[in-house]
Amino acid sequence: MISMIMILNQKGDVMISRQYRDDVSRAEADAFRLQVIATKNTGTESPVKRIENCSFLYTRHLNMFFVAVTRSNVNPALVFEYLYQFIRILKGYLGDDFDENAMRNNMTLIYELFDETMDFGYPQNCAVDVLKLYINLGDVKPKDEPAPSQLTSQITGAIDWRREGIRHKRNEVYIDVWESVNLLLSSTGVVLRNEVTGAVQMNTKLTGMPECKFGLNDKLVIEKEGQRKPGVEIDNCTFHRCVRLGKFDADRTITFIPPDGEFELMRYRVNDNINLPFRFIPAVQEEQGNTKVTINLKIIANFSDQLFATNVVIKIPVPKNTSKAKIKHNFGRAKYEPEQQAIVWRGKRFPGKSECHIQADVDLMPTTRPKPWSRPPISAEFQVPMFTSSGVHVRFLRVYDKSGYHTNRWVRYITKAGSYQIRI
Amino acid sequence: MPKGKDSSNANDSRFFTTQKKGELHELRMELHATEKQVKVDAVKKVIASMTVGKDVSSLFTDVLNCVQTGNIELKKLVYLYLINYAKTQPELTLLAVNTFVKDSNDPNPLIRALAVRTMGCIRVDRITEYLCEPLGRALRDEDPYVRKTAAVCVAKLYDIAPDLVAERGFLETLHDLISDSNPSVVANAVAALSEIAEASGKDVMKISAAVLQKLLAALNECTEWGQVFILDSLAKYTPADGREAEGIIERVTPRLQHANSAVVMSAVKVILSYMELMGSSNSDAIRALTRKLAPPLVTLLNSEPEIQYVALRNINLIVQKRPHILENEIKVFFCKYNDPIYVKMEKLEIIIKLVSEKNIDQVLLELKEYSTEVDVDFVRKAVSAIGRCAVKLERAAERCIGVLLELIQTKVNYVVQESVIVIKDIFRRYPNRYESIIATLCDNLDTLDEPLARASMIWIIGEYAERIDNADELLDTFLETFEEEDPAVQLQLLTATVKCFLKNPEDTQDMVQRVLDLATEESDNPDLRDRGFIYWRLLSTDPEAAKMVVLGDKPVIEDDIFKLDPSLLNSLIGQIATLSSVYHKPPDAFVVRRAAGTGLGGDEDDDEDDYEAENDVGGEDLLDIGGMGISDGGLYEPKAPMNKVVGPEKSNGIEVHAGFRQLNGTIRLEMDIQNISSQASVHGLAIQLNKNSFGLSPASQQIVCNPPIPTGGSGSAAVELVVTPSMLAPMPPGQPANPQVQVAIKNMATGNVFYFAVIFNLDALFSQDGTMERSAFIETWKSIDDRNELYGTVSDLPPSNVDIESVINKFKGYNCFFIARRPVPNAEGQEVVYFSMRTVTNMEFLAELTFKQGVNATKICLKTEKAAYAPLAKAALESMLRA
Repeated sequence: MISMIMILNQKGDVMISRQYRDDVSRAEADAFRLQVIATKNTGTESPVKRIENCSFLYTRHLNMFFVAVTRSNVNPALVFEYLYQFIRILKGYLGDDFDENAMRNNMTLIYELFDETMDFGYPQNCAVDVLKLYINLGDVKPKDEPAPSQLTSQITGAIDWRREGIRHKRNEVYIDVWESVNLLLSSTGVVLRNEVTGAVQMNTKLTGMPECKFGLNDKLVIEKEGQRKPGVEIDNCTFHRCVRLGKFDADRTITFIPPDGEFELMRYRVNDNINLPFRFIPAVQEEQGNTKVTINLKIIANFSDQLFATNVVIKIPVPKNTSKAKIKHNFGRAKYEPEQQAIVWRGKRFPGKSECHIQADVDLMPTTRPKPWSRPPISAEFQVPMFTSSGVHVRFLRVYDKSGYHTNRWVRYITKAGSYQIRI
Repeated sequence: MPKGKDSSNANDSRFFTTQKKGELHELRMELHATEKQVKVDAVKKVIASMTVGKDVSSLFTDVLNCVQTGNIELKKLVYLYLINYAKTQPELTLLAVNTFVKDSNDPNPLIRALAVRTMGCIRVDRITEYLCEPLGRALRDEDPYVRKTAAVCVAKLYDIAPDLVAERGFLETLHDLISDSNPSVVANAVAALSEIAEASGKDVMKISAAVLQKLLAALNECTEWGQVFILDSLAKYTPADGREAEGIIERVTPRLQHANSAVVMSAVKVILSYMELMGSSNSDAIRALTRKLAPPLVTLLNSEPEIQYVALRNINLIVQKRPHILENEIKVFFCKYNDPIYVKMEKLEIIIKLVSEKNIDQVLLELKEYSTEVDVDFVRKAVSAIGRCAVKLERAAERCIGVLLELIQTKVNYVVQESVIVIKDIFRRYPNRYESIIATLCDNLDTLDEPLARASMIWIIGEYAERIDNADELLDTFLETFEEEDPAVQLQLLTATVKCFLKNPEDTQDMVQRVLDLATEESDNPDLRDRGFIYWRLLSTDPEAAKMVVLGDKPVIEDDIFKLDPSLLNSLIGQIATLSSVYHKPPDAFVVRRAAGTGLGGDEDDDEDDYEAENDVGGEDLLDIGGMGISDGGLYEPKAPMNKVVGPEKSNGIEVHAGFRQLNGTIRLEMDIQNISSQASVHGLAIQLNKNSFGLSPASQQIVCNPPIPTGGSGSAAVELVVTPSMLAPMPPGQPANPQVQVAIKNMATGNVFYFAVIFNLDALFSQDGTMERSAFIETWKSIDDRNELYGTVSDLPPSNVDIESVINKFKGYNCFFIARRPVPNAEGQEVVYFSMRTVTNMEFLAELTFKQGVNATKICLKTEKAAYAPLAKAALESMLRA
């Protein structure tokens, strides 16, 4: 199991470390600094590094390295999941972009978290909400700290993500369905990879220990219920640990007792019948003599004209030695941004069923040694509210509680670009 | 973070202010303050200093004093400090024992658990006894939080004192906890049992039908980590039959939908391992499972890049074992432009493994796309992948070559070179089929500046010399720089020129002569010279034979895409979701396990080391004395190897056999004396040793023969020897030590003096304290340069002498101490055993002995810094083995 967790800064200094076992020492930190951080290859070399017979598994948050050190044959997925969770916990305590300073200011808190989330190299309770109940920045106690025995039963309970006795004046559930659509299109317009990964985020404000049942327009379920309506073929889903997986495996119903507040109920993946929100038709020509490149790009919004996309950013790569670009386009703003080595087109609002043309003449500076241009793909970022590329929608959310209260539900859909790339 | 924290100056960074003189004193005062907040702040300051590596161990008692508090925050801080310094202050830690015992009875379960958790972390031998009582109670605590902490604590205790765990029945208690009502307790009990099982090599988990049901039930309720622990332990279990396997798989499959990728991968491991047992009769079920496995594996590729990497390394194994699972999913392995390089490289490996005639066109387009990217290593791998596709798929070879030719046209230096290298492989795979492209290759000779690419091109020229009009000219241009070339290129040039000559002798006579001269006379490279001479001899004696040798058919190369050895692959499939599956190596190739109970050896810093060393030696001595008392009869007592050293003709009628051995820690020269023809009985001798390589000299010069040895009789005498530096013979550097010890004996009865030499057997010099900590052994082993390694084989041993147990026992009698043994990976029946020896003169020798079942021989590998004595040590080991 894990022998030590250490957190290093960019220079490779150990900011804080916790040794769970005796078979490693802080000297290992030196090995890591010299052989991993100093090589500056952390983005290209594998995140599992063996030095002597010591294995280092690491990930990053900002410019800090979160490193697990071990001498045994650990489960690497478990180690990385723990590291991610630990970073998530720190975010929960110190804010989303906590930095070196925030870490230094909260040394004892971090030690405490180290001890509570891992024992002898085995991950323990990592639920932020529960941790916050009894590990806090020291002096201030939360007002409603539960009695110790109640607390321990919650930490160790089958339902460690929710405590008993929660009360809300109004019972509400907010459901956000986020989809990212991934596309990889070849330069000849062939779809190489196209899939949607979706996540259902919930924010529950419910009283008691409510039993929830949630339904999507899953093709398998709809067919089983004998309905005629079309359903979406969901390739795979993964669930928050509150969901009863056995039940899902048996009859594909999603039942659970939710945590209080925000959480991610499930993720899913859809591979077929995807409605691409945007189509791109590029034409990029490099002129003989390497002095000019001409770019023509047509962007077509495929979704309903009732909707519109927001925050659309399209990056059209140009060669490194671009001197200037003359750009024509019918709306939005576009300019050549040398630091990105791309022409960047931005549009706040892109109405459905509309088209945008971008035409650019790019002049190149002469170079002494002409190097062929690697022609990176065009990439796009966007969000389309109230649209799902996969066609997934929420059919129902039923909440059962002893007291039989009424629940208000709100559902939002947003599709955004995941990795949306068009090769040229 | 609660508002206002920063402004109230309550953050911890203020504790990091530089330490001035007297600050320790100030801290000490604060630690003794009556006000609670001052105390808390003081301990925080101490911990801050500890974090940045300052030595605050002198405050130990002062900090410890603070533990007497009802304040849980202060308690946690003190405990944190304790864990860090307990190792350096074991005496003082004893003072905290009372607090631990008291806290483990606290009404607050959080404090009880805290006490148990901390006690386990303090790895001080003497504390362990005190630990048992509270631990036993904690394992039965009413609060699940305490029980789950206690479960892990058993594993901690096992690491320090395995016997104690067994003695106190903790293993049984732990086993009972598998049926605990609380899932977290079950999870930690499983984790602790698995760890102990692995450390001890015993099946302490004992999965019975009842336990199995408990585990499967807990699987549904446990935390995500608990699920991983349970799945990993299930993977080590072998179901009784296919039915049971199928039953378990059914219960495990829902885990594939878990959000935590570790749960998913551990579930995949269980399913894949058990599938083997389902047998081929059940092909429908297997097919259904195969279908179920693909989507979760694909989903893993949408995770964070580190998880993607781990998943890809595992998928690499899975597609080798069961190619069907992902045969239709090749597209998901296509690289995104912004994937990290390490992910791209792994994806490429899998693409090559999944490529088939169905998808080759698509794959080729992809690979071509990659070969225009920026990262050189990735591009080269992509180009080389095209070649591997050609070698793998005969019908697609032509298309692959087409793409390679296109790439050569780009004139990008490294792309061209890599293309040439793989085209050579394609030529070797499909001889005489694609020579039409040679002309294109020849156009690019100038761009080739890497040895491997040049060597490949030269090979092609030589192999197809008859189809290249100007082959001789091309080779000639290479020959101009022959001396500067890399050895690999020189070798290829030599062979290619000879090939060229054999195919076209008229025009190339001069050239071949020049090359042979260069290879045999100008070069210092033995390989090149040897090959040169062979060709020369062949060409000059029998050109026909030369043709058969040089132009003979070469073995066709195979596609090496599925290159993992099947038995290794099978064992790695059982290791999915472990580091082993990431490294593609069996665990014993990188896991060096300490023996349980020897965990006290730390290597934090120097003072600690010193302390630990003393502590350890003390402990070892005690143990040894105890051990000796019990096993006295069983201990092997070595005999001195007696050899005749002098006959009656030189010594006035006395024949002496002599040899060395060690008895009860003293080195002795033992002599068997035969009075053959000396007139007087021998009643006393005086002995003198010349300076020798070992510094040996007699403790007393007088030897009394009691009873005296009459003429025609025989007797024995022994001389105690001591080691003194002044008796060391000067040794020429670099020479092996002279094993001879020259002895002068004066027969007191006759006054006659005679001389002889005895070969010293080094084992007589081995000290009783020559054993080592396993970790120290490993350190030393690694620190000794490989050049100081000595190998040898001892064969024709009697079968009883290759029984490892008895060898270990016998060697102990020679003060050659057993360190560890382990089976050799991938070699059934082979085992290596490690020993350490230290002479009383403080020379260390480390030995690795390899035994093979049913073979009456042993391989010795000996390592030492004292190279001069290595042959002697080896000889000693040999004679010890034969004894």
